[in-house]
Amino acid sequence: MVPLHYYLLLSAILFACGVTGFLIKRNIITIFMSIELMLNAVNLSFVAFAARWHVLSGQVFVFFVMVVAAAETAVGLAIIIAVYRTRETLNVDQVNLLKL
Amino acid sequence: MIATADYIRILPEIVLTLFGLIVMFVDPLLPESRNVKPLGIIALIGSLGAVAASIYQMRYPGPAFWNFVVVDNFSIFFHLLVTIAAALVIMASFEYLRVQEIRAGEYFGLILFGTVGMALMSSAVELVLIFIALEISSISTYILAGFRRRDAGSVESSLKYFLLGSFATAFFLYGIALMFGATGSTDIPQIASALRLNGAPLLAYVAYALMFVGLGFKIASAPFHVWTPDVYEGAPSPVVAFMSTAPKMAVFAVLLRILFVTESPSLLAGSRPVWFWWVWGSAAVSMTLGNLGALVQNNVKRMLAYSAIAHAGYLLVAFAAAPEAGISAAMFYAASYTAMNLGAFIVVSHFANAGERYVTLDDYTGLGRRSPLLAMTLTIFLISLIGIPATAGFFAKFYVFSAALKANLVWLTIIAVVNSAIGAYYYLRVIVAMYMRDSTQEIPVMRVPAGVTATLLCSVAAVIYLGILPGRVLEFATRSAQSLLR
Repeated sequence: MVPLHYYLLLSAILFACGVTGFLIKRNIITIFMSIELMLNAVNLSFVAFAARWHVLSGQVFVFFVMVVAAAETAVGLAIIIAVYRTRETLNVDQVNLLKL
Repeated sequence: MIATADYIRILPEIVLTLFGLIVMFVDPLLPESRNVKPLGIIALIGSLGAVAASIYQMRYPGPAFWNFVVVDNFSIFFHLLVTIAAALVIMASFEYLRVQEIRAGEYFGLILFGTVGMALMSSAVELVLIFIALEISSISTYILAGFRRRDAGSVESSLKYFLLGSFATAFFLYGIALMFGATGSTDIPQIASALRLNGAPLLAYVAYALMFVGLGFKIASAPFHVWTPDVYEGAPSPVVAFMSTAPKMAVFAVLLRILFVTESPSLLAGSRPVWFWWVWGSAAVSMTLGNLGALVQNNVKRMLAYSAIAHAGYLLVAFAAAPEAGISAAMFYAASYTAMNLGAFIVVSHFANAGERYVTLDDYTGLGRRSPLLAMTLTIFLISLIGIPATAGFFAKFYVFSAALKANLVWLTIIAVVNSAIGAYYYLRVIVAMYMRDSTQEIPVMRVPAGVTATLLCSVAAVIYLGILPGRVLEFATRSAQSLLR
């Protein structure tokens, strides 16, 4: 059997990949995918901990997270389309009307 | 078995959802040019119904739905806060929607659905349910921020809010997963007892930190505040009035519940909780960066955004203070902040000619002469934000600072007081511009519509009531704090 901490390590690495992608990528769609990667890394942790504590609830949470992620995707893509219509670009560096 | 009382314990959420659906169903049946008023009235009835339902709930305290939600004084306090804020924003939006040609059905529907999430956040005692409630509220506000969809600024604000918001949510979720791993449960009281029995493992520390990152973003506290000015500047003003108050206060409710209930054993024993220094640092940095940032702003919406960051800092001071006095001070601050900030943004919204045009400080010159009543209302909100006696802001700050002093947080109190003094400068700058400088340009001031008048009257009444007779609200907050710690 694969020990628990392998799963947790993989989950942490995936989460870190997502954070890195969010911070260094400039295309909005890629940034958005990085966020999805972070959520799915968390799902892996939930499942691993569910196995450790022998409770089913941890696996059920994954479904909730997936539903929320799907809702977020729907809204996110709509916002991205609206941005493209007003700017004709998907580069975050060019979406800078409001000064930071 | 689900009893009837269980449904009563989520009655405000049910009422809000039903009226949200009614708004969406009635929307296509009405001609688009004349649907703002009927839909707005339905939404208003829905939010007022939720206020009534929250009051009705007081007679049915206790847990419901397998201990997922609980009705206590604490949850009722925040239920009332978010539903009243929603009702006020709905009243103030009629004219704005007409002028901006925004589709009313989705707008009112989303406000009601978002309020469902915020209400649920204050009564949920299970981390995954809190996550879902947080997302219901966040996703609604992401869309609301971009409602002027042909305006590049509004869409950009929506995009920034969405990307950074989901980024923060992922951190919060990771924190939940690790807390589940550390304790084997996502139920807050069970987490508390597990931590008491076994001590806090390293995993729990990391979980606290990650959850604090996620929630700290939502309340716009430093160092997770950079999105705030951009989002508030670009989003439609009535929406900013809403999202700078109701969702933020709901997240404060979640923070209070998570931080205090899970650590209640060590707090009652008088020792410092594990999260003490993060909250301390975040409070100090939020106040300082918020106030310094606001000093140099010329756009009033941006200035109020920085002021919102500073106020999140003052609220966190109450968190760092002693448990009971701190919680009740934080709750009182939340109520006062909601009244004064909502009112201020509604005045800004109306004065910008509902077109987001006149929002710089130069546009405010001579407002005292051109529109005396509007200027006076804004002045009341601004002096309350400064914290001058006889307004809500004074007692809010007073309770927070005295709770902090009682907990021997001398340095934090000094930082907070110095910051209040800095804050007075930029709020007064607006008042000076309105009354003491002559206007350089002719800006037409629109007639104040009935909805905006009603909203402003309610907010002014709340600010003055809390500023003169704070006793009853504070006493209710104290009782809630006790019910939370028990």
